Amino acid sequence: MKPAKIAKKTVLYCVLLILAFIFLFPFLWMILSALKTDQQIFSYSAKFLPDPANWKNFIEAWQYIPLGQYYLNSIIVSGIITISQVITSAMAAYVFAKLYFPYKNAIFLMFLGIMMIPTQVTIIPLFILIRKLNLIDTYAALILPFMAYPYGAFLLRQFFMTIPVDLEDAARIDGCSRFWILTKIIMPLSKPAIMTLAMLSFMWSWNSFLWPLVVTNNMKRYTLQVGLAMLRSEVSMSGNWSLLMAATVITIVPVLIFLLLTQKYIIKGISLTGLKS
Amino acid sequence: MKRIKNQPSQRVPLSALKREDIHTGLICLLPSLILIGVFTLYPIAHSLFLSFHKWSILSPEKPFVGFDNYIKMFRTGEFWLTLKNTALYTLGVVPVGAAASLALALLLNRKLFCSGFFRTTYFLPVITSTIAISIVWLWLYDDNNGLFNIVLRRFGISGIPWLVSSKYALVSIMLMTIWKNAGYHMIILLAGLQSIPDTYYEAADMDGANAWQKFRYITWPHIIPAMLFVLITNTIFTFQAFGQIYTMTGGGPAKSTSVIVYYLYQRAFEAREMGYASAVSWVIFIILFILTALQLKIAKRNN
Repeated sequence: MKPAKIAKKTVLYCVLLILAFIFLFPFLWMILSALKTDQQIFSYSAKFLPDPANWKNFIEAWQYIPLGQYYLNSIIVSGIITISQVITSAMAAYVFAKLYFPYKNAIFLMFLGIMMIPTQVTIIPLFILIRKLNLIDTYAALILPFMAYPYGAFLLRQFFMTIPVDLEDAARIDGCSRFWILTKIIMPLSKPAIMTLAMLSFMWSWNSFLWPLVVTNNMKRYTLQVGLAMLRSEVSMSGNWSLLMAATVITIVPVLIFLLLTQKYIIKGISLTGLKS
Repeated sequence: MKRIKNQPSQRVPLSALKREDIHTGLICLLPSLILIGVFTLYPIAHSLFLSFHKWSILSPEKPFVGFDNYIKMFRTGEFWLTLKNTALYTLGVVPVGAAASLALALLLNRKLFCSGFFRTTYFLPVITSTIAISIVWLWLYDDNNGLFNIVLRRFGISGIPWLVSSKYALVSIMLMTIWKNAGYHMIILLAGLQSIPDTYYEAADMDGANAWQKFRYITWPHIIPAMLFVLITNTIFTFQAFGQIYTMTGGGPAKSTSVIVYYLYQRAFEAREMGYASAVSWVIFIILFILTALQLKIAKRNN
């Protein structure tokens, strides 16, 4: 290699590493702060490293707020939303991609239009509806409005259309029903697309905040995001930052590991949205 | 092959096949249509209805007031202030964020040692919840004990009042938002960059083009559609910021970070002015509708 090329490579990797540091240090600072005592956090001559590491914050955070209950709530809500979005999207996408159906293009266009409508716009009447149905502080309130996901139908339709018709024709000649074809041929063949949709749905519902904030008043039904935000408003009074950092670490680390292991699908889903524009 | 394909239509009349399609189609579409109807279409119509009524959710009275809510809104200073804050926030976050994402994508669009590590690192804030990120940055920005001011003081510079001064607060939240979402748009732009055939660059190399010329005449024209997509979707997304405002500043200090969706939230769920807040939500809807129409128009022109 020529010296100029080596120099260029060195600069490139230095820039990449500095950027990596910029994206990582808030996470590192969060973990370091979670391991400090209050005195270590508040002194002006603060050391960067906790000395000695104070693991008690994690136990205290777990005892101070019902993090286990929040986890359970988030898992139930996001789990059901994800499964339901995959099922309703796959069914709708099958009609759009494969079946004869009157006005199906008009219905598909309506789906595309609805895709653009954000929850913020419908949140007031949705809240009134949920309140009228006596569903405030229930899982149903957190789940029901998001069981269908027009973007999911759009994503799966694009994928279903690439599956050759011959496969279905062969099955139909054998007397298989349309529904059987969907569950036994189309869905298994679309596993990557379905995983992509599932991961996007899960990530989105796990991180959603405004709606859960509005329809829960009872701690027993708080999702992790709402519970964390409530703890934050308490800490602004008490100043117990190491506890808040420990609670934040507990809420994000497990799900970050899960999302990182499946990031292949998330990244695919995101790049698809761009290319489909 | 053709004969086999045609066989069903010989055995069963075509209309029967169509009928089976319609039958299955109805069952398949029904769940989505019911859910969308009840939880999206009906609320939109209901919100329009509410916006012409005066109603605190607790009172049984719900008098029709015509355009009063809209007139009141356009005469309220706070509405215009939050709209201005939203516009400033969006105009700050979107272009700078797009430039940052493009820079990241260009850096990663090559054969790299550990490219997966770098991509994952830049992507980490994207998959973390806004609330958790906001709390971490709230602590970084802390006036006395936050990392940023500790470091600044070590270098002998007096600390910056990141979130406690109305001059800096919105900019501080912008910085955090750009940091959080850069990796998301990087992925979209990276996909765009990877769709450019290598042969274009090889041809440019043979003609002796320099790096800037290659960017200007090959990369840029090809990345424009993805770039426009990033700009417009991020405008729509940024316009709806809520979680970071709620967690970090509560709209303060002196309402300098109060954005339109936060205003909507306060009117509806703290002041319980459902009619007035519905009018606000319709204005948000119309603004977003215009932005979306713009997106579709630009996308069409590019295709």
